[in-house]
Amino acid sequence: MSSVLEDRSTIVPVHIDGEPERVRRIREQAAERFNILGWPTTRSEDWKYTSLTPLANIDWKIDQRQPEGKAPASPFGDKPIAELMFVNGALHANRAALANEHPGIRVMPIAEAMETESFTHHFARYADYEKHPLTALNTAMWQDGAYIEIAPGTVVEGFIHLLYVGGGNAEHPIVSHHRNLIVAGRGSQITVIESFYGKGKYFTNTVTEIVAGDGAVVDHYKFENESLEAFHIGTVQIHQERSSSVTSRTIATGGGLVRNEINAALTGEGASLSMEGLFVLSGKQHVDNHTVIDHVAPHCDSVELFKGILDENARGIFDGRIIVEPDAVKTNSRQTNKNLLLSETAIIDSKPSLEIHNDDVKCNHGSTIGQLDEEALFYLRARGIGADEARNLLVYAFASEIVERMKIDVVRENAGRALFARIPRRMPERRSESR
Amino acid sequence: MLDINDLHAGIDGKEILKGLTLHIGTGEVHAIMGPNGSGKSTLANVLAGRPKYEATSGTVTYQGKDLLALPAEERAREGVFLAMQYPVEIPGVNNIYFLKAALNSVRKHQGQEELDAMEFLQLAREKMKLVELDEAFMNRSVNEGFSGGEKKRNEIFQMAVLDPKLAILDETDSGLDIDALRIVAEGVNALRSEQHSVLVITHYQRLLKYLVPDFVHVLADGRIVKSGGKELAEELEQKGYEWIESEMAIAQ
Repeated sequence: MSSVLEDRSTIVPVHIDGEPERVRRIREQAAERFNILGWPTTRSEDWKYTSLTPLANIDWKIDQRQPEGKAPASPFGDKPIAELMFVNGALHANRAALANEHPGIRVMPIAEAMETESFTHHFARYADYEKHPLTALNTAMWQDGAYIEIAPGTVVEGFIHLLYVGGGNAEHPIVSHHRNLIVAGRGSQITVIESFYGKGKYFTNTVTEIVAGDGAVVDHYKFENESLEAFHIGTVQIHQERSSSVTSRTIATGGGLVRNEINAALTGEGASLSMEGLFVLSGKQHVDNHTVIDHVAPHCDSVELFKGILDENARGIFDGRIIVEPDAVKTNSRQTNKNLLLSETAIIDSKPSLEIHNDDVKCNHGSTIGQLDEEALFYLRARGIGADEARNLLVYAFASEIVERMKIDVVRENAGRALFARIPRRMPERRSESR
Repeated sequence: MLDINDLHAGIDGKEILKGLTLHIGTGEVHAIMGPNGSGKSTLANVLAGRPKYEATSGTVTYQGKDLLALPAEERAREGVFLAMQYPVEIPGVNNIYFLKAALNSVRKHQGQEELDAMEFLQLAREKMKLVELDEAFMNRSVNEGFSGGEKKRNEIFQMAVLDPKLAILDETDSGLDIDALRIVAEGVNALRSEQHSVLVITHYQRLLKYLVPDFVHVLADGRIVKSGGKELAEELEQKGYEWIESEMAIAQ
């Protein structure tokens, strides 16, 4: 595939072989949109906490050559029923053949799915490239990604894993635009895990659209574990139909500058959504979590819980909005953000918000920011548990509310490992003593 | 076992213990009684190494070691146990996991083999019966949602599992009904032996009916002002702390 130079302010859309006319048109519209909108700035309310200047100033190149050295290993071994691995935006390994033998399961690179009815119907319908510059950029530039379609009534046991690996360096900054579409048919059930790893300096710009049909049950996990030099901007756009049930979990432990957008629209009566997030940051990491839950239909429930653990000079953001539309009566919605600061130099901005357009709803929201409980720390130490271990126990305890709810053992263990990899082993009271 | 000599200590620069001297021999049970604000809890916290409590002068020697030089976890590993007045709730930390980690860090320090999950559970079940705690408690988060009495019994349960050489009970009896009080006392009595020493800190004499001490000390204004046998507790119960205070006033 050719290398495409992106000018800082204007882009020319990518086209891939065999692309249908509709996709071609969407790409051109999206490119045009990006060229009008430009990179977002902190003047925009949606981007007030995160400046993309360091990102926009780099001359990113699409380069799907495999990086040298050994291909990375999957964190889940042979546990997924199907796995697609993408390296710098290109398909690297496809382990979906066995799963695809089931008539109700389709797991394939999205570039191969463009002629399917479902793709034609759903692609780019939910992730809004009119308003969101990075979604526009992705929609114009994507090279590959995953397409998952589960036939009505099909209950998929186990989970599907999408693994994205990035790699680059200062002389050779590489961008990957991943594009995924997950369609869960009426009454189907599926668990999909996306995970992001990498080495060096690169930029991941990913968009995943998820459609949960009537009564479908979808569990989606995103493990963002990029290299500490990497930029990651991702949108997960969830569209829920009648009585569907979606659980979305975003675990962010990696990346230098990260924006996680998780948006859901509850468009069918009786839909329910659980949106959870955990971000564990240290060093100079900057992770901006931005969520919008749009209650469109009546009788829907949403529960949102984001927890942040921040150490050293890290900065975290939780900016969550819940919108209850005029027709969405009997909405039941709860939004919570809790943060644990492990250092005096870590920063968290927490901005929960509700926007309610009818008066027959039950909604609440709140956020907390705290430090490790010194009393609890002493209690553990007074029983013989070392200071470092006690601290880790309490940090894990804070995260456990989210980690322990992960139903798949190997996934839960992976989350626990990722969490501890980011927490420097340092006693909190050493700081207070040195003051 | 424990020698406290002329200990001055306090918190936030405020001196609360003003020259406390106390000797606890191996196998002895001592009770310290005193009115509110006399320094009872400060003594317990200084001995256990709670941050912010500071000893300004004097010495505390535990089994020949300078206790005050050790961090809290080292004291615990050396066999000092503090049953807390206000056990803290720790959501997300499983009771049984926590206690197993605690026991194994103590055992490791003392050169004993660590217990595996099965061995630990067997021990825990046995000790749970002693304090009449339901096994369901063990799989909950540490003290989370426990009643006051359950928290105190959990302290005694932990003590029974950790088998400390020196147990310090900081007002473990306060707020307990008579059944819970009896259970706490039985827990402590089970620990009593020629190798174990116990320091019971209490405001009331009630507990000492079930847990008969070898020595009773009265703490007032940061000093031991009177020491005696178990009958001193009864005398205090009858005459009240005003009796001590008036005696002190006369002495001055």
